[in-house]
Amino acid sequence: MAVEIPKDTWTGEVHAVTLGAIEADGGTRTKTVTVGGEKTLPFMHFEGETPNAPVVAVEIKDRRPDDWSPLLEEAWGSAMDDPAAWAKAAEEAGADLIQLSLSLTGSDGNPTTPQAAVDAVKAVLGATGLPLLVFGPGQADLDNELLVPVAEATKGERLVLGLCEDKNYRTIAATAMANDHLVIARTAMDVNLAKQLNILISDMGLPLERILMDPTTGALGYGIEYGYSVMERLRMAALQGDAMTQLPMIVTIGIETWKTKEGKVGDGVPEAWGDWKERAINWETLTAVTLIESAADIVVLRHPESVKRVKAAVTDLMTV
Amino acid sequence: MALSGIQIYKLLPQTNCKDCGFPTCLAFAMKLAAKQVELSACPHVSEEAKAQLAESAAPPVRLITLKSNGHEIKVGNEVVLFRHEKTFYNKPGLFIRVRDDQPADAVKAAVAAVDAYTVGYVGMDLGLDGFAVESVSGDAATFAAAIGAVRTVSGRPLVLISKDAQVMAAGLGAVDGEQPLIYGADGDNWEAMADLAKQHKAPLAVIGSSLDELAELTEKIKGKGIEDMVLDPGGRDLSTSLVQATQIRRLSIKKNFRPLGYPIIAFPCDAGDPARESVLAAQAIAKYAGFVVLGDFSPEKVYPLLVLRENIYTDPQKPIQVQPGLYEINDPKPESPLLVTTNFSITYFSVANEVEATGIPTWLMVADAEGMSVLTAWAAGKFDAERIAKSVKTFNVEDKVSQKRIVLPGHVAVLSGELEEELPGWEVKVGPREAVDLPAFMKQVL
Ligand code: SF4
Repeated sequence: MAVEIPKDTWTGEVHAVTLGAIEADGGTRTKTVTVGGEKTLPFMHFEGETPNAPVVAVEIKDRRPDDWSPLLEEAWGSAMDDPAAWAKAAEEAGADLIQLSLSLTGSDGNPTTPQAAVDAVKAVLGATGLPLLVFGPGQADLDNELLVPVAEATKGERLVLGLCEDKNYRTIAATAMANDHLVIARTAMDVNLAKQLNILISDMGLPLERILMDPTTGALGYGIEYGYSVMERLRMAALQGDAMTQLPMIVTIGIETWKTKEGKVGDGVPEAWGDWKERAINWETLTAVTLIESAADIVVLRHPESVKRVKAAVTDLMTV
Repeated sequence: MALSGIQIYKLLPQTNCKDCGFPTCLAFAMKLAAKQVELSACPHVSEEAKAQLAESAAPPVRLITLKSNGHEIKVGNEVVLFRHEKTFYNKPGLFIRVRDDQPADAVKAAVAAVDAYTVGYVGMDLGLDGFAVESVSGDAATFAAAIGAVRTVSGRPLVLISKDAQVMAAGLGAVDGEQPLIYGADGDNWEAMADLAKQHKAPLAVIGSSLDELAELTEKIKGKGIEDMVLDPGGRDLSTSLVQATQIRRLSIKKNFRPLGYPIIAFPCDAGDPARESVLAAQAIAKYAGFVVLGDFSPEKVYPLLVLRENIYTDPQKPIQVQPGLYEINDPKPESPLLVTTNFSITYFSVANEVEATGIPTWLMVADAEGMSVLTAWAAGKFDAERIAKSVKTFNVEDKVSQKRIVLPGHVAVLSGELEEELPGWEVKVGPREAVDLPAFMKQVL
């Protein structure tokens, strides 16, 4: 019996966004990474093109973090003391992108200074040829204070600056525009909020080809279903032609996974949770692959073993 | 696919005789389309119309039930492609594979561990559903003995795996009176397998290497009077399995294509690598499988999968909530500390579990934040100083605690000033952002 397979016909497609710039284009990266460009729902190769595979960014910090899981400390070892060494180790672990998160304070307890932030970014750029994402510590004033000098000191690199949120996007979007960088627009698990922020940022003059959106997710067990469904809805809207949803999506799975008890803690947890390390890596890997299957283009991870597993899954999913 | 009122009307006698209690056949048809009356209320409807109406009323993905003594699992009956459109209803069954060439003691030990396994998640106890017993030996008696060994330690439903009808017959004989899933029928053995399915009133898994082949086989098997089937379209890698499962679900939901209107069985156990197995199983859970067969059991593998299954199958329209109120943890006294959080169930259980583990007697006030987490509720204006102060009054907190001090979640530290104004005479303290950091905070600060 010849079964006629129903194919969806989509009128829209996702913008292709290129991260990083090589020397000829004004940067210093040895390679660039392009995400997006989908013309169909995730991995429906029989009905439309998925020209760019989802990619993995590995999160590193500008100094050894105080509150990361011992499993992560064990995995990265002394590289955590030096962002350049850490970036190299991340690249060796298979990262497609490096995501540098700036800390709220230096190891002396004082707020991170703009100079320290610029130094850390430059050190990482010197240590790896991969495109770089730089996140502020997550407090509006300090984010702006650090990201502007970082953007200026790296003009032309096509870094990704995070995060633009509805209460704080102007400064970051403006400096991205002035210095040839990209931004991430983050909103709280809602299709309309995501669209609104994309409109606000693109109204400032930043082209859509330089915006990634982060619709926010919880980890497995902590709200993954909200991220999952909002990404499915955003991607469907994009394919149906809604211009303000046609952006590649990024989700920060590492931080979400490794703050859960399942990831962070080994002692005093129920026996039914099983082996700590394998459980934690499963937690991060399954959160990532599930969200990749719901439309994520970039997943930010923390553990090298999860990186390996997620990349293997992506290779499998991209096989036609 | 459900018929419209007009389509149903065309199948009715159109005599407006009113015997059904409605003034016209059209009025009756409308009620029928809205599922507010039963077709049997019309005594004059033809047999042919009955058959057509019954067919159209059948769900696009057939409901399949496996039964054993005291256990039952239902899968299928799904009506949407995406969970945000409505909800996914019948959670896929998670089965652990057992092989008949393993020593009986090993089988029993493995099965007992699975049978006893439960894990708590937001107030629920989650567990696995049953076992897939596979004939590797090819010997009927060995297969029956392995099934017998499983049954000495667990009564959970079974999938029986063999393509040899004689071996399968012996297996079915070992669990006579139950309704296991027979796996399975292919192009060569389907007639014999269909006979067994009929004899034992058990659902039959159908194996094809393409959707074309599968559809052809299910039609043939249906011709032998078998209605309850399950599909194995053959994909064992992430790309093929995702595409096949999506195509089958689309054909069922969008085209009401009956030959593939059955649940799917997935075999992540064939992945050959535990890491890949987990990823395949997670895909099967999110993307449309009815049965998922895992190779072996380990808590670190199944706990994440059980949680994923809960998450994907929650009703997207209403977040899972707990009742707002003042909760007592570890028998608090009036002087015990008071924490506040929201009534999103994941938030509540994360906090409550941590506090309980400290052993410190504590009052936990759960404010009505419309089922949202702390950050989301705060952003949406559902968890602010006013609401927290109101909860303190509604739950008569002042009558129960002697120490007027309240600990806010770190994510809403910005509310402290306002809350001090709303609650004169109270001290407001800021706790950690994440529940996991509560024990350290409570021991040091409270
Ligand atoms: S009983 Fe049947 S035939 Fe008579 S009015 Fe009702 S629907 Fe029509």
